[in-house]
Amino acid sequence: MRPELSTTFRETVDAFAAALADPNRPAPAGTRGREGASDQRRFAVYRNNVAVSLIASLAARYPVTRRLVGEDFFRAMTRAYAAANKPESPVLIHYGQGFPAFVAGFEPARDLCYLADVACLENAWVEAYHAAEAEALTIAALAALDLEGLAKARAQFHPAVRLLSSEYPIASIWSAHQGGGDVQPIDEWRPEAAMIARPAAEVTTRLLPSGGYAFASALRRGATIAEAHAAAGIEDFDAGAHLIGLIEAGALTKLES
Amino acid sequence: MAVSSCELARVAPDLPHRAGVGLKPEHIDQILAERPDIGFFEIHAENYMGDGGPPHRRLEAIRASYPLSLHGVGLSIGSPHPLDKDHLKRLAALNKRYQPAMFSEHLAWSSHDTGYLNDLLPLPYTNETLAVVVDHIEQVQETMQRRMLLENPSTYVVFAESTMAEVDFIKAVAKRSGCGLLLDVSNVLVSATNHGFDPIDYLEAFPLSSVQEIHLAGFAEAMDDAGHPLLIDAHDSPVRDQVWDLYRYVIGRRGAVPTLVEWDNDVPTWPILHAEARRAEAAMRSNDPVRALRHAS
Repeated sequence: MRPELSTTFRETVDAFAAALADPNRPAPAGTRGREGASDQRRFAVYRNNVAVSLIASLAARYPVTRRLVGEDFFRAMTRAYAAANKPESPVLIHYGQGFPAFVAGFEPARDLCYLADVACLENAWVEAYHAAEAEALTIAALAALDLEGLAKARAQFHPAVRLLSSEYPIASIWSAHQGGGDVQPIDEWRPEAAMIARPAAEVTTRLLPSGGYAFASALRRGATIAEAHAAAGIEDFDAGAHLIGLIEAGALTKLES
Repeated sequence: MAVSSCELARVAPDLPHRAGVGLKPEHIDQILAERPDIGFFEIHAENYMGDGGPPHRRLEAIRASYPLSLHGVGLSIGSPHPLDKDHLKRLAALNKRYQPAMFSEHLAWSSHDTGYLNDLLPLPYTNETLAVVVDHIEQVQETMQRRMLLENPSTYVVFAESTMAEVDFIKAVAKRSGCGLLLDVSNVLVSATNHGFDPIDYLEAFPLSSVQEIHLAGFAEAMDDAGHPLLIDAHDSPVRDQVWDLYRYVIGRRGAVPTLVEWDNDVPTWPILHAEARRAEAAMRSNDPVRALRHAS
């Protein structure tokens, strides 16, 4: 290969990429339509393909966010995100993980204080959907541990599990916007925590009862059951019931003292 | 592990000389329930690069009953930048796991310093870009330990610095790298219309003996600055009559070849997509010269 020509190929591609990124730039000078000159409408097809395909990818990942803000608003918000955040790899099933943080700082969405947290839940759902497979623990595993052993036991979580906590009723908002039917108003506007899991083929989303988020988060950080019990920070907290809840949800793969 | 079903019995990997369709998530449950009679399914490799979950579970089930064609859309073979080694590893892993009959990628680039651009972008055709593309294909074939198919692009612009025709470029790539070719007949019509050449001339010059798969798809219509028609490779509608005509011409010259109907946007219901594949298969049968000879004797 001749290096001076190699520079030319790079320059051609660099100029093409720069013009793609900036809608105010003309089509690259080296490109040609049928009249032997560069052609804005022809080049705009490429620019449009990039934007539209990335917006479609975000729409697939964030269907509830889209329903909450409506088509036009969602398109404008995702267009802004896609313009500033190109995928890091061709694996688009991972594209848009930074979108909730972008939503949180997106000025026109400021009044929708819960929006970024709902987007977080949607992102977690997709991550759980594609997470690695693992055999979830069954209730029978508890039989192997006596009461003392149980207090000292530490848990290992299934790779699909995601824990979320919000000042807003994110799980209720999310479930009210599933399917295409009428949206029922949220009964009670209060903080909610949720756990997403995928022990087998289906992703499940469940509301965590009071103290459940702190308990599960502590366990996930490597705390023993007894330490996680304390971390729940609630009087009369029933660690046994919460542990059974986690196992029944298929959230754990190991419990060892 | 429950889902590691690599040891399960599978149908043979070879693609029959029949028609297939792109596998769409919205159709998979119906396909698995009804087991329709269809030649094969093609998947976009990048959609199956997650660690686990429903996509892999369903693909294992599909692969147990149907041959598969693995079609990459993000390798950026036509780029001056080096190939993404991680991406190549992911492709090799999918190839190993699902044993597809074919692996194909595009004569295009899609990654740049700024990130992945998610479109099949055009390149100039020169001796220098030829050397780059051949290098990249050799690297792919070596890493994946198999022959790949290169697909001809649909383009909206050409480059002033190009020194050879696209069809000559593709011919040279196939000859030097030993790769096979995926002939996208719709792309030929789209590019011919957009750049004002005769699609039959292009097909006459195309090395049809290297073609191991054909793609057919719908396109959208627009106009360029000068008012010339501009066809857009949208994959959002039925295959058009002009494309069917070119397809019959190719089959008449080449004989039957595994043929895929691509319909990736505004995806129709399963029966409509399946009917489109049956239409391709009927056209393949009635224009296959080998078959005609057999019937005549």
